[in-house]
Amino acid sequence: MAAITHPGAATPAVEPAVHAHPRSYPGLLSWIATVDHKRIGLLYGISAFVLFIIGGLEALIIRLQLAVPLNHVIEPDVYNQLFTMHGTTMIFLFVMPMSVAFFNYIVPLQIGARDVAFPRLNAFSYWVFLFGALLLNLSFLFNSAPDTGWYGYANLTEKPYAVGQRVDFWLLGLQVLGVASLAGAFNFLVTIVNMRCPGMSLMRMPLFTWNTLVTSILLVLAFPVITVALILLMFDRFFGTNFYVTSHNGDPLLWQHLFWMFGHPEVYILILPAMGIISEVLPVAARKPIFGYPFVVYATCGIAFLGFGVWSHHMFTVGMGPVATAFFATATMLIAIPTGVKIFNWIGTLWGGSIRFTLPFLFAIGFVSMFIIGGLSGVMHASPPVDSQHNDTYFVIAHFHYVLFGGSVFGIFAGLYYWFPKFSGRMLGETLGKIHFWLMLIGFNLTFFPQHFLGVDGMARRTWTYGPEQGFSGWFGNPALGWNLVSTIGAYIMAISILTFIINVVVVLRQPKTAPADPWDGATLEWAIPSPPHAYNFGSQTVVYGRDPLWMEKYTTQGIAEHGSWMPRGTIGVAEAEIEAHADGRDPGAHIHMPGQSFFPFITAAGLALMAVGMVSDWSKLADTQFSVLTFMGIAWILIGIFGWTQEPV
Amino acid sequence: MWMFLGSDCMLFGALITTYQVYKGKSASGPTPHEIFDIPFTSVSTFVLLMSSLAMVLALAEIQRGNMRGMRVWLTATAALGMVFLSGQFYEFTSFVNEGLTISTNLYGSSFYTLTGFHGTHVSIGVLWLLAIVAMSLRGKITPASALSVEIAGLYWHFVDVVWIVIFTVVYLIQ
Repeated sequence: MAAITHPGAATPAVEPAVHAHPRSYPGLLSWIATVDHKRIGLLYGISAFVLFIIGGLEALIIRLQLAVPLNHVIEPDVYNQLFTMHGTTMIFLFVMPMSVAFFNYIVPLQIGARDVAFPRLNAFSYWVFLFGALLLNLSFLFNSAPDTGWYGYANLTEKPYAVGQRVDFWLLGLQVLGVASLAGAFNFLVTIVNMRCPGMSLMRMPLFTWNTLVTSILLVLAFPVITVALILLMFDRFFGTNFYVTSHNGDPLLWQHLFWMFGHPEVYILILPAMGIISEVLPVAARKPIFGYPFVVYATCGIAFLGFGVWSHHMFTVGMGPVATAFFATATMLIAIPTGVKIFNWIGTLWGGSIRFTLPFLFAIGFVSMFIIGGLSGVMHASPPVDSQHNDTYFVIAHFHYVLFGGSVFGIFAGLYYWFPKFSGRMLGETLGKIHFWLMLIGFNLTFFPQHFLGVDGMARRTWTYGPEQGFSGWFGNPALGWNLVSTIGAYIMAISILTFIINVVVVLRQPKTAPADPWDGATLEWAIPSPPHAYNFGSQTVVYGRDPLWMEKYTTQGIAEHGSWMPRGTIGVAEAEIEAHADGRDPGAHIHMPGQSFFPFITAAGLALMAVGMVSDWSKLADTQFSVLTFMGIAWILIGIFGWTQEPV
Repeated sequence: MWMFLGSDCMLFGALITTYQVYKGKSASGPTPHEIFDIPFTSVSTFVLLMSSLAMVLALAEIQRGNMRGMRVWLTATAALGMVFLSGQFYEFTSFVNEGLTISTNLYGSSFYTLTGFHGTHVSIGVLWLLAIVAMSLRGKITPASALSVEIAGLYWHFVDVVWIVIFTVVYLIQ
């Protein structure tokens, strides 16, 4: 009994293709009409990275403004727009789509599938995301970038208090992005539940796939709540309702509850994919299976479940009363338990392993250590009295940057270095990679560790500048010297580290595709196929008999017996060899039916974008409604797109 | 579809919660007690319930391979849905005439938002069902596509269940 068998590998004479030749377009059009999960993954990844740079530039300007007291690099109004957009961009336009990029590329490969369950819906998700990102950033052109914080507290966001259309851009952009996230989440849920290859039970799935599953469940349940919060805000702003307006007995706290009921699961949505990446990278680097796989799974599910019960720890200072406050404090401290379990599992994986200090491993260790620091600071303000000190200060900023940058971003880079060979066919350079890692680690800690001190000293969030007498600066009698200056220098060091990464990518992409199928001695199925994979991923159906199927195939006596020799690293899978061997010279994958390309996802997404643009636009407003005629054109366009989509032959 | 319905549950849950949170808090304007016509809405509710029955019968027909029967019952489902929607429309216009608009007070705002979203869901359902009937007339729906009718049925029953919750929580328990 081998770890992987390939039923149907002994193929009889090649059958003529029974499907019509699939639709396929040339060049740029093929990217617009693509439904291939790998291409969509690349599109997501590149877009998300560009937005990472934009969000990073926003941060660099913020840090420049805060470097010394009474600085005046930018106006306060611009400062408000920058910190709002920095948060919104990094969360919704970088970490989430970059995670989805990995879900897209890697999950079908890990479960032995040829694509996701709904390929066109997958493409639709991407185009809607891109249009949402463009809409949000378009606001800068109209001096209308949102300026009310990434969590837009009511009633600062209501019409009498908020400037112009800034909040409209924000709420419409988020609604559009919500559609993209939900569509993607449904897709991955159905894919993982239904399309795993034979033998891959849930408890044999790779942990990255498990984390994708749990993240998708979180997305599906959390996003509708922010949808409602935003709809109520939109109705307040457009239709004269008073959901959050105190003068009519509305309650601004309703916004906070609804927002954080989404917002807290959202932060788990941000961290779980990165944790999934770490759970892949560490065992491979340590050459040892993950320690306590079932506990990692249960802990992940526990985090997701408990994550819905802690939202009001963002509201300890609003006066909910002792009972509610105590409940949420307890629940928040409880959630540290499953998180801690995962950390111990990772440590247990490394313990006794034969570790290779590869680049993905460095970033994974960066993740674990930085995330622990972030978790410790988080658990501190899980206590309401402590939070009354920390709330709205730089201590909270320090906490969430340690878990979001130290956690998610280090995890994302671990994944990028780890899977770069798979999707590009080249290995990223070692030297530049190490420079990137160390500069990023040092720069990151220089930026955010001092912010713990600034926070407990009382430096407030979201404030454009500070005075030299406030105690946040003034070392050696010089009012400009202080932790803020250190933090700014750290931020620019981080920027240089990212530049190093970009140079690495550019240099390496010019080299030929020489990466082997399995450069890291991986355990999971994506390493059994060429780098980059064929369009059809797997030549024939894979069957697995345990966790870490590729290790079983390579290193167990049964695996070796099945294939007659120890499969050396870099050898393509047996099924691939048989596909290549068809002697008639045709494209080996010609008899594999893959979903045809389609423009309708793009068209429908464009309709949704037009509808959203219509709702912020003043152009040609239709009488009696609040909205531009573009809105209705957009709705019509969506309906046409959906009609074409359903009628298109597959 | 089950995943989508789970998601939609959260949406309606948040809207119903908003209504509950603001119950009795309106600063001015009409109150539910003054506005609601429970007998009328009960008939409307019954119509929607009967539409779910028609949906079940439609699914049974396609599972038996009777395409014409399926079309009859799907059309009946859609028709009953449209009767429900006309009832909603009539109800809303009469409320507006009595002085309750979406911007009158918290009650109006939360009521119209909640029932408006529900009505939109019903409308999309009606369009979906009629689309299936149209595709069936062109021969695109066969007994083999019973699953797609079942999925439409799940959506329709969900919309009905949500209405039962709304009717109970909003209309009956005041």
